[in-house]
Amino acid sequence: MPNRKIHGSKEQWFSLKRKFAWLGLAPFSVYILAFLGLPTVLAVGSGFRDGQGKFTLANFSVYSNPAVWDTFGASAGLSALTAVVGAVAGALVCWALTGVNQDSAVRRMVDAASSVLAQFGGVMLAFAFIATMGAQSILRLWMQETLNFDIYANGVWLYQLPGLIGPYLYFQIPLMVITFFPAIERLRPQWVEASATLGANKCQYWRHIGFPVLAPSFLGALLLLFANSFSSYATAAALISQGAQIVPLQIRAALIGETGASNANSAGVLALGMIVVMAVAMVLYSALMKRAARWQQ
Amino acid sequence: MSRVATPPQKWLRRVILWGVTLIFLIPLFAMTEFTLRSPGGGYSFEHWLALGEIGDSRQYRVLANGLSNSAVLSGLTLVLVLGVFAPTIIWVHLRFPKFERILDLLTVLPIAIPAIALVVGFAPIYRLLGKSLGSGEWTLFLAYGVLVLPFTYRAIMADLQGMDARVLSEAARSLGATWFAVFTRVLIPGLRRGLLSASLLTIAIVMGEFTVSSLLSRTTFQTGLLQISQTNPFIAVLVSLLSLIIMFVLLATVSGAGSRIRNSKVRTPSAKEKSYVA
Repeated sequence: MPNRKIHGSKEQWFSLKRKFAWLGLAPFSVYILAFLGLPTVLAVGSGFRDGQGKFTLANFSVYSNPAVWDTFGASAGLSALTAVVGAVAGALVCWALTGVNQDSAVRRMVDAASSVLAQFGGVMLAFAFIATMGAQSILRLWMQETLNFDIYANGVWLYQLPGLIGPYLYFQIPLMVITFFPAIERLRPQWVEASATLGANKCQYWRHIGFPVLAPSFLGALLLLFANSFSSYATAAALISQGAQIVPLQIRAALIGETGASNANSAGVLALGMIVVMAVAMVLYSALMKRAARWQQ
Repeated sequence: MSRVATPPQKWLRRVILWGVTLIFLIPLFAMTEFTLRSPGGGYSFEHWLALGEIGDSRQYRVLANGLSNSAVLSGLTLVLVLGVFAPTIIWVHLRFPKFERILDLLTVLPIAIPAIALVVGFAPIYRLLGKSLGSGEWTLFLAYGVLVLPFTYRAIMADLQGMDARVLSEAARSLGATWFAVFTRVLIPGLRRGLLSASLLTIAIVMGEFTVSSLLSRTTFQTGLLQISQTNPFIAVLVSLLSLIIMFVLLATVSGAGSRIRNSKVRTPSAKEKSYVA
């Protein structure tokens, strides 16, 4: 029957189109496999290979080195400190911004500034802080002259671990503003009104409603900030040209063979360690975000 | 009716916003002051005047090379973002909604796996690539695509969900439009804001990229800056300051234009109008 024949060819045509639709995903999938999947497998895999390419667990011996644990500790400490300070300062800015009109110039400026500064890391950020707090900077000279106080009385710490705190906060606070502002904006004025109707004052409102509702978003943003500074490399590399004070710099040392004992395989093991820490942070983050979504429509 | 407000009181709001603004301006001020310093003491504009020589003077060659390499890389990465990422994100949204979760997860990975860890894996890949494609800087765009993926995905996705892309494209299809017409005449015009911010983010990230290029020993804008800072810190700080200002102006105008577009599309009633309704 001619009718059936047409029907059949139509079906074929649809299945062909379906295949065509699948084909649309091919370029992206190939790219992701080659430049995200493969590098990850190679990076992690190199930790399980010896110099000849044979499987080994010997590289994990770097973790028996207390110095490696110290750098992981330093990385975690630096990240925790800048995350907490950045989160509190950023949350205060968000809170202040709720009082500003949505279309005002102030809001636009803060929006633009935070999205630029949250991305502002690396060499240029290091330069900014060398110009600000370097040995020859106007800030140090002015403090020496007028306050008779030398910030580098015990040596120049800008190119050491403590020197990273300022630059890191310079991108952490803007990142907090970007991530936390949508959450604080969702606090409904009706809740304030409802609690006021029930006789609560402002403190009670924040203690029983505001803070509990915001807590998951705040903790989530805190974790994101932690992960952000834990994975930062460029700023530290530009500021600290030698040594391995934090894990990313230790990977650098292992990659370029700065210290005799290191090699590309121990870089792989260290990278794996970083990925594990990041994975834990990101899993917790997504769990908190799910919890935070409860108060959205 | 008295409205109970949760924002801080005006004086506290001012203290917070001005305090943070002033602290954030200190490094910018210090950078400006630094570039005005004269090597002989005192202040002058000589470093700013030397800016014109970057193109032809020998001592700035590494910086000029890095800058042009990074510009080429920005262009190539943009091609990847607009030519492969954007169509795929749209295609998945329209035809394979089930895969959206996978794509969501996939695009978080480049954040969860730090660039410094990825470099460990990029190194052997680029050793191989070097044999077939040469050790030129331009191949870096393949690695940069991964670095910009999370940000471009979010920028495009936000717009895609906001514009009801599925409904619109179904409407266009049922009126007889081909997929090509749906893309060029419905989706891309509707997504222009998301595509624009994805493009700007791509340029910002590629121009600022240091981790991959420095560890793979390629010359880019940032590695050039670091190198030139050892011989001429003034010009390095000056160029950093300039690029920061340029990025700020670009983003401020885009977000300004964006809010105008939003306002003209969906006019939210002002407080005054709301009180009339109530």
